[in-house]
Amino acid sequence: MAQLLQHLINGLAAGTIYALVALGYTMVYGVLKLINFAHGDVMMVGVYMGYATAFALGRDMRSSLLGVAVVFAVAMLGCALLGFFIERFAYRPLREKPRLTALITAIGISFALSYGFQLDLGFLPGAAPRAFPEVIEPVEWLVIGDRDVVVWNWQVISFGIAVALMVGLQYLVFRTRFGRAMRAVSWDHRVAALMGIPTDRVIALTFMLSSALAAGAGLLYAIKDTSVSPLMGLYVGLKAFVAAVIGGIGHVPGAVVGGLVLGLVEEFVVGYAASTWRDAVAFGFLILVLLVKPGGLFGRVAAEKV
Amino acid sequence: METPAIPVPEARSAVPASLRGLLPVLLALPVLALFQWLMSDAPFASYLLSVVGVNIILAVSLNIVNGMTGQFSIGHAGFMAVGAYISGVLSLNLKDVALSFLPVAVSDQVFFVVSLLVGGLAAALCGFLVGLPSLRLRGDYLAIVTLGFGEIIRVVVQNTDAFGRALGLSGIPQTSSPAMVYFWVFLTVLVARRITGSSHGRSLWAIREDEVAAEAMGVDTTGYKVRAFVISSFFAGIAGALFAHFVPIINPGSFTFVKSMEIVVMVVLGGLGSTTGAIVAATFLTLLPEGMRSLFTLLGAEGSLAQKVDQIRMPVYGLLLVALMLARPQGLFGTKEIWDVLPRWIPRKRRGLA
Repeated sequence: MAQLLQHLINGLAAGTIYALVALGYTMVYGVLKLINFAHGDVMMVGVYMGYATAFALGRDMRSSLLGVAVVFAVAMLGCALLGFFIERFAYRPLREKPRLTALITAIGISFALSYGFQLDLGFLPGAAPRAFPEVIEPVEWLVIGDRDVVVWNWQVISFGIAVALMVGLQYLVFRTRFGRAMRAVSWDHRVAALMGIPTDRVIALTFMLSSALAAGAGLLYAIKDTSVSPLMGLYVGLKAFVAAVIGGIGHVPGAVVGGLVLGLVEEFVVGYAASTWRDAVAFGFLILVLLVKPGGLFGRVAAEKV
Repeated sequence: METPAIPVPEARSAVPASLRGLLPVLLALPVLALFQWLMSDAPFASYLLSVVGVNIILAVSLNIVNGMTGQFSIGHAGFMAVGAYISGVLSLNLKDVALSFLPVAVSDQVFFVVSLLVGGLAAALCGFLVGLPSLRLRGDYLAIVTLGFGEIIRVVVQNTDAFGRALGLSGIPQTSSPAMVYFWVFLTVLVARRITGSSHGRSLWAIREDEVAAEAMGVDTTGYKVRAFVISSFFAGIAGALFAHFVPIINPGSFTFVKSMEIVVMVVLGGLGSTTGAIVAATFLTLLPEGMRSLFTLLGAEGSLAQKVDQIRMPVYGLLLVALMLARPQGLFGTKEIWDVLPRWIPRKRRGLA
């Protein structure tokens, strides 16, 4: 029983992170109908930005509340900027081209980022994983029984940050002018443009928002995993994509539920089966979902408009 | 006066119809035999040529899905891995078996062909299992699912003792030869070409151009897509099986996402939909790093720069994809083929002579 509870807690903690990354996929898919393959790698770049900032701040500074805030702010702003440039120079020129060209571009960017960061050219980090500094010093937050169930403070904090970000996003999409514009663009961007919505700006802002979310999620992941590596974006990104599909891609609450489901499933496989199979689970699950319910749990398979 | 019958195009050909299907193969065999004889005492050259050949098979077969059908698979290395491991394990187990009524060398080749086919069929089966759910949906799903499939294969191999886990398989009999590799290159190109010219190929083309319109015209889109995917996976499996029989060791590291991307770049650079382009780009991109490595070694770069070639190659591939999509999305050849240009000259000359 205690073991089950522990797995549940770990699964939820991992799931919220997947959910945050999945939100980025879903938002971009919503406005552009593009699977942003480079999303995970943008996240990885953000984690490295946070890593560099944490080191620049020094040991004492980075574990203070202000230090953590600075680390997150730098990573999220830097990623928003990166997302802006990628959208502006790689995706926007291809917006009216066949969808395949945008997909290939996204794959190219993903590859260039994840393998570009492995070069050892001095200012780049190199291929080896590095230890992520303890931005949040791990403290046991809650212990039940004889260490049967342990809840760490970083699990609580990352859960809190994730929930705060999700609530903020929900507010932004459904309660603000910008959110309304976003939903209009997602409905039909040509018609939205005719209605006077600055579609270019909305799409750029959506990209920046999703990249910033990814950076935040990536930092939480790095804190959980205590390491950074150039390939983390590929793996976390893929799993988050699986989460987005499980929930129904383009559906905001669906991405959250999908992330939590995936986090729990993975945790239970690691806990009760074998940890070496963890990476295969997500994709096996994806194929299963596509076979049984291709639209995901909440999405609908939309008829294609001609 | 009798009006002459409308000339049937078939009638002009000097080859009887029954032989026409086999003719290219019959013509290719002596060429390959000569080729094998020339290569017999140049081990590095025949290794390099085999690698080029395997990459051509991979690129041409991926082109059937990514180019002709307009779907986007980025897990071709996964199917290659299936072919390599299945046929490798089979060959390892059949190592000491020989057909007594044949010379040893011939009997080895028979078993080699059998294990190639088994590897190819296993890959085709995987292609079917992966393709069926994802090809029912829009193209992007195929990209993700094939990528995920590659990962599943890696995890399965690393967890199975029979496949040597992370260490890989070694001691697979080295029965492959450049002639065998190029025989399959030839078959792959032939199949790709025949597909383009057939009604099957036209259906694939229709799907590539507009899936909704194709469906409205009565094309069974899912069926054609799955069939194209299975054919493509079969040849990827063959390529992997060939590969397993001329390299000293196969391990999961040979069939990663990087390998898949390499093949994707070949197809995109050559031109999505052009078999000629796939062949040219595969040859070029296989020989280029080799050439640069020898160049740097010749210039006395002390190995450091020569080693960097491999590292720099990958981000360059990524940027190359982006640059191609922005500047020349149709690649080098677009959808043109060398045989669209050549035969037009030859009959004209003939007509002039007559």
